[in-house]
Amino acid sequence: MQSQQEFRIETRTWLEQNCPESMRTSMVQEEVIWGGRNAEFANPDSAIWLQRMAQKGWTCPTWPSEYGGGGLDKDQAIVLAEELARINARPALTSFGISMLGPVLLEYGNHQQKQEHIPKIVRGEIRWCQGYSEPGSGSDLASLSTKAELQGDNYLINGSKVWTSYADKADWIFCLVRTDFDVPKHSGISFILFDMASEGVSTKPIQLISGSSPFCETFFDDVKAPASNLVGRLNEGWAIAKRLLQHERTMISGFGLSAGQSDDGGTTSSISSLEGTAMHYRGDSKKLSDPVLRDQIARFKIDADAFAHTSRRSLEESKQGQGPNATSSMLKNYGCELNKRRYELMLQAIGTQGLGWEGEGFNDEELQLTREWLRSKANSIEGGTSEVQLNIIAKRVLGLPDILSLAQK
Amino acid sequence: MALVLSEDQQLLKDSAKNFCEQNAPVSVLRGLRDSKDEQGYDQTIWSQMIDLGWAGMAIPEAYGGFDFGYGGLGVVLEETGKTLVSSPLISTVLAGATAIVQLGSETQKQDLLPKIVAGELLTAIALDEHVIHNPSKIATTATRIEDGYSLNGSKTFVLDGHIANMLIVVARTSGETDSEQGISLFLVDANAKGLNVARTIMVDSRNCSNIQFNNVAVAEDALLGELDQGFNGLDTVLDIARIGIAAEMLGSMQTVFESILEFLKQREQFGVLIGSFQGLQHRAAEMYSEIELCKSSVRAALAGLDDPNTTRAEIAELASMTKAKLSEVFFLVSNEGIQMHGGIGMTDEFDVGFFIKRARVAQQFLGDASFHRDRYATLNGF
Repeated sequence: MQSQQEFRIETRTWLEQNCPESMRTSMVQEEVIWGGRNAEFANPDSAIWLQRMAQKGWTCPTWPSEYGGGGLDKDQAIVLAEELARINARPALTSFGISMLGPVLLEYGNHQQKQEHIPKIVRGEIRWCQGYSEPGSGSDLASLSTKAELQGDNYLINGSKVWTSYADKADWIFCLVRTDFDVPKHSGISFILFDMASEGVSTKPIQLISGSSPFCETFFDDVKAPASNLVGRLNEGWAIAKRLLQHERTMISGFGLSAGQSDDGGTTSSISSLEGTAMHYRGDSKKLSDPVLRDQIARFKIDADAFAHTSRRSLEESKQGQGPNATSSMLKNYGCELNKRRYELMLQAIGTQGLGWEGEGFNDEELQLTREWLRSKANSIEGGTSEVQLNIIAKRVLGLPDILSLAQK
Repeated sequence: MALVLSEDQQLLKDSAKNFCEQNAPVSVLRGLRDSKDEQGYDQTIWSQMIDLGWAGMAIPEAYGGFDFGYGGLGVVLEETGKTLVSSPLISTVLAGATAIVQLGSETQKQDLLPKIVAGELLTAIALDEHVIHNPSKIATTATRIEDGYSLNGSKTFVLDGHIANMLIVVARTSGETDSEQGISLFLVDANAKGLNVARTIMVDSRNCSNIQFNNVAVAEDALLGELDQGFNGLDTVLDIARIGIAAEMLGSMQTVFESILEFLKQREQFGVLIGSFQGLQHRAAEMYSEIELCKSSVRAALAGLDDPNTTRAEIAELASMTKAKLSEVFFLVSNEGIQMHGGIGMTDEFDVGFFIKRARVAQQFLGDASFHRDRYATLNGF
């Protein structure tokens, strides 16, 4: 068996030869690669980088090679991540297929479903969106009422979803539907996949306080989905739904680690060094002149350090192939709150230059920061609110009595 | 740098946990307090700790130690923190032995370290002179005399100063009072003439001293480390001790948190367990998260100490990060420890009071959260 050191050398060599120079710079928002039928490559090197990484399965390093994944073990994946970080390589592909659907499809899907969908996720050929929240079902997700009825070989789907990220750009959807209305709410949910190009699917973007529209309302009007697209067993979709949320939360918790978070969920360069930016804008050298801001930045950075160590420890503690668990709620909650703190401090750091909306008087980075600051407010709502995460920690990690148990019966 | 314990460290931790629970529970500290024990620690328990090899944990084999690293000493401190064991482990093993390992001459190491491992020598670091920790602001002087130095000045908050056989004294040999330049360290026999040690009984039932030096004469070879250039080495010693104390604080806050959880799961009001109230659940969940961050910080800092590639600057950053974080969270958890237990938390009979008292002393020891945030900012260039 290959030693870790050999793997590192081999990986380093391959990356040196295959990662285009322009891909070794911090990601900019417009160049995040989401793949899909209508994939956009603002920088042509992105297409080359994606193609090369996908061929090795390294867009999904730990997924089985049988389905096009990298087939790496946990330690090798850490080495790969370290080597990518060493050259500041951009993510070749960012997608909800990778961060959310793929892992649960590998766990719960049948062979045929994996064969059909996993390789396309690895190669970035199909862009997925998430059909979870509904107008009447936010934190109480399990109360969802989008209905799926079996008619012949198809499910007939009617209802609507909301906060569907990039539904207007996605090719397929993984969707929670109610398949039984006569049982307790958790026991009548199923998990189904279908093509967003199907007849009866329509989407409408929602404009956010940040001015952008990363989310949509999504409507289903007699949409037909083949019965074979049901993942897992009928009416047992809630377990899959929760499992997927753990993956989603782990992904979102990464915002607490990153330099910043764009509308696309990827990291951007608009926020580099908080303290450096503050000193630059305030004309300070050597030491920040505002002692209160200085203390707040120090506290933030200390918490961010401690959080980074915690994410890493959590990764080291998780057993090979086991994936995230309830502590993903802790990471999600803390990471999101950190990211929000980061933006608040950044805004404070640059004073009135952080308060522009558009036009003259502000540079692009400043305007982007203002928008990202507003966008970051959603971090503690999306993927389950901070309050829901605290409920989960209390119940699943600390074993405290469930306040909602009566309400759920 | 691994953030999970090695198998050996885990075994050591389990054995330390077992020892502290069986032999040194909080009731021992309570007994020392109630009997106004003159030493302030239990000699029998300390002897057992020596037999377990805890004093030699981080001392190299060449000097009679067990070379188990600070990762090893750290897990022991975490466990002693859980039951608030009062012993010379902090003053002599964590701080004293580290100072000698880091700064001592070969002769000093050969002479002193085996005695610490064997439990024959207790030390105390005489550093602070003010109500707020400031290791470079040193007014105590050591002036040149024939055959050595003469020490004058006063020290405060000297942990275990009243039981130490030997004091490690931070003194000024040149420079201005608040300059890092001109600081030197001296080994001073506790029986030296001109030394006045007054024990202070602290709120946490551990013991410190105020010490006065009136023309205390020491020989040439009492100098520990370089003349005038002692500060950097001292700072590293303090950083190691700060990380060690953070490990102890980690243990203590875990005990408080476990006690809170237990209470939330058995106390009923309004006909239900109070642990079902969201107002309490969320506070518990937030504390849990903060404690997890503390655990990771302590593990990372200890692993950093044992990694030969870690630079002094990195150790300083790890130490300030960890001490600042642990001080904040122990503050939070100890306060919640009282509040969430309600009335019983205010009673002396219940142990949680010992922990809030310990928290405040540990928070200030070797720099509180604001000291370390300031230092962290300076280290990071802002």
